[in-house]
Amino acid sequence: MTDFFYLIPIALALGGAGLAAFLWALRSGQYEDLDGAAERILFDDDVPLKGEPPGRSK
Amino acid sequence: MPIAPSASSDELLLASRRIGPDLRQNELSVPAIHCGACVARIERVLAGLPGVERARANLSAKRVTVTWRGESAPPLLSTLNEAGFDAHIHDFAVDQKDGVMRELVRALAVAGFASGNIMMLSIAVWSGADPGSRDIFHWLSAAIALPSLAYCGRIFFRSAWQAIRHGRTNMDVPISIGVLLAFGLSFYDTLHHGHHAYFDAAISLLFFLLIGRTLDHLMRERARTAVKGLARLAPRGATVLQPDGSQHYLPVAEIIPGTIMLLAAGDRVPVDAEVLAGCSELDTSLATGESLPQSVKAGAQLQAGTLNLSGPLTIKATATAQASFLAEMTRMMEAAEGDRPAYRRIADRAARLYAPVVHLTAFLTLLGWLMAGEGLHQALTVAIAVLIITCPCALGLAVPMVQVVAAQRLFQSGIMVKDGSALERLADVDHVVLDKTGTLTRGVPQLIDAHETALETLAIAAAMASGSPHPYSQAIAAAGRTRGAPVVIFSDLREHPGDGIEARLNGNVYRLGRSDWALGDGTRRAGVVLSEGGMIVAHFRFESELRPDAHEAIAALAARGIPVEILSGDHEEPVRHLASLLKVPYHATVTPGGKVAHLVALAATGAKVLMVGDGLNDAPALMAAHVSMAPASAADIGRNAADIVFLHESLLAVPEAIDTASRARDLVRQNLILAVAYNAMAVPIAILGQVTPLVAAIAMSASSIAVVGNALRLGGRLGKKSSLSPKSAMPAPMHPVAGTAR
Repeated sequence: MTDFFYLIPIALALGGAGLAAFLWALRSGQYEDLDGAAERILFDDDVPLKGEPPGRSK
Repeated sequence: MPIAPSASSDELLLASRRIGPDLRQNELSVPAIHCGACVARIERVLAGLPGVERARANLSAKRVTVTWRGESAPPLLSTLNEAGFDAHIHDFAVDQKDGVMRELVRALAVAGFASGNIMMLSIAVWSGADPGSRDIFHWLSAAIALPSLAYCGRIFFRSAWQAIRHGRTNMDVPISIGVLLAFGLSFYDTLHHGHHAYFDAAISLLFFLLIGRTLDHLMRERARTAVKGLARLAPRGATVLQPDGSQHYLPVAEIIPGTIMLLAAGDRVPVDAEVLAGCSELDTSLATGESLPQSVKAGAQLQAGTLNLSGPLTIKATATAQASFLAEMTRMMEAAEGDRPAYRRIADRAARLYAPVVHLTAFLTLLGWLMAGEGLHQALTVAIAVLIITCPCALGLAVPMVQVVAAQRLFQSGIMVKDGSALERLADVDHVVLDKTGTLTRGVPQLIDAHETALETLAIAAAMASGSPHPYSQAIAAAGRTRGAPVVIFSDLREHPGDGIEARLNGNVYRLGRSDWALGDGTRRAGVVLSEGGMIVAHFRFESELRPDAHEAIAALAARGIPVEILSGDHEEPVRHLASLLKVPYHATVTPGGKVAHLVALAATGAKVLMVGDGLNDAPALMAAHVSMAPASAADIGRNAADIVFLHESLLAVPEAIDTASRARDLVRQNLILAVAYNAMAVPIAILGQVTPLVAAIAMSASSIAVVGNALRLGGRLGKKSSLSPKSAMPAPMHPVAGTAR
């Protein structure tokens, strides 16, 4: 059984990476407008919008 | 209907936030954003304005953040209005709420991570790891648990500590004691190579409780943000006329007595003031509850918060903002709040009974095992197991889950509940007190017997009235539109502020306005007269329109055995007329202090009163009542004072909210019984020392799932009902008052 102990740090690291990703997403304002993001993907104008998530500018 | 901007470029500047050199940011509330196309359109029109750096619409929050450059604000509101979106300025102060929410979500994420991983290690131990691996797993668990406990637990520890320091107890006290003891004992056992560790129990307990708390907070914040996003009805500033003749827009706080201000038609009076020049009519319905416009001329005293209807006025401030009518109301509200008996939440009341029982049981268990001759360690282990198994996990979820589901249902039908305790208090209600103007009525007058006037006459009157912001004019214009009156073009059209409108057509002089002015005979008649060359052509009379479903709402309340009465600041006549129409008792010409006194007297007889009101004069009463509701069109201060704000026009929101609240109360009781019953079963097992960490984990999850499942039943039942009328989910126009403003 001790042969498989190396799996534990891997499991913890994966979980930790998930947690870190979530906290990063939260901080960068990605949960500010959940409905808007779903719609924005359908915009087909090629001009980049003059805008960025308000969370960053804070 | 797009509404003309209620705020000037000066007001935008005043409300903006400086985010860099020469760079300012404004937040606008745009309730009509409802799809991706709106988002794209808004961002396109705003980004096209000169000076605008960035424009970003938020579909979930229905807000637009605009960053702009330069000395004066771009015409953001009028641009949005032209694009078909009604918009108003949103205050930045609202965003300070984010802190608590973010802390909760982060703590929830950390607790989820920690409990998942500790559970993974614990399952390995339960399935029979050899002593060597078991110790390693316990150490790993401890290493994960300690920082998570410190990070996530502090929310509970802080609140528990606050309660203990003030000699009280709340739900967080038994939670904190249970979690800390469970961790301490497990750590001790880990050091001494023990068999059992309760790290998983301690952290998953925090995880479950954080779910309840986060949901609770989410519901409150959403309602509060929605309410704060409504149009602001108190002005931020005023156009001040300087001694040298120049005009400046100053914030209300900088206005001192003696300041001369210009008040345009459609603006609200910023501070108590005296009229120096000009004449006009004032809509005082939001301030005093009077439904008829008051005419004012030089020398008249104005109350802050009233709306200037027809002509521009030059006014002199007689009080600072802090000493104005509004501030007087604020002081009365504070006094009323202090006098209102403090309400203890159901969960806190449960905790007051629960905590001593649990702690006593654990202590007796400890003594029992010591007397039975077992060692201190064994006795402590069992006692702590009792604490863990009785830890109010289900109790902590029982109440917030139900309230979140109930608030979500109400939110969908446009009723914003500002906190869970409002739902609990609403369920107690056995008496309803309604304000008249703006609450039972819409505050917008309507033409009586419009069909009795000849169409040609109405066409002339409607065409004359269409340009005026006066509510009577708008009612006549609306009646003309409804009957399809033809458009009449006049050769000359002039408005005489305070009197009426004069027009010329084919050599005839028409006057629409006060009877003594239009007829020139000095007689006053109610309503408005249309004259041709000084001879009466038509007499228009008005009544304030009842809010839709007022009859049904009062019938629904009566069916529940809840008495209803009207408490109004308006004159006797209109109140009596309305009360007889609705067949309810009434009190007229009640001062704000009188309203509070009436509510206090009712409360003294043991009645739990729901106050529904919208005016500035209702604000202290809203505070004094057991629980209060306000329509979205209410004065800012009233909306803030009310526990519940409803966005739709229909007054049926009142019985609906009471209904949902009482169903929620039933479910909360069921949940508390479930939680207690579960404890009654689990505690004997724990006292006998049969609870291993595995049993504790299963029991805890099972009880939480049962409680959450029961709470969701509320959503299911009401969900079916509201799905029958999807139309009702559309928010009504949010500020009818602003609609009459220009």
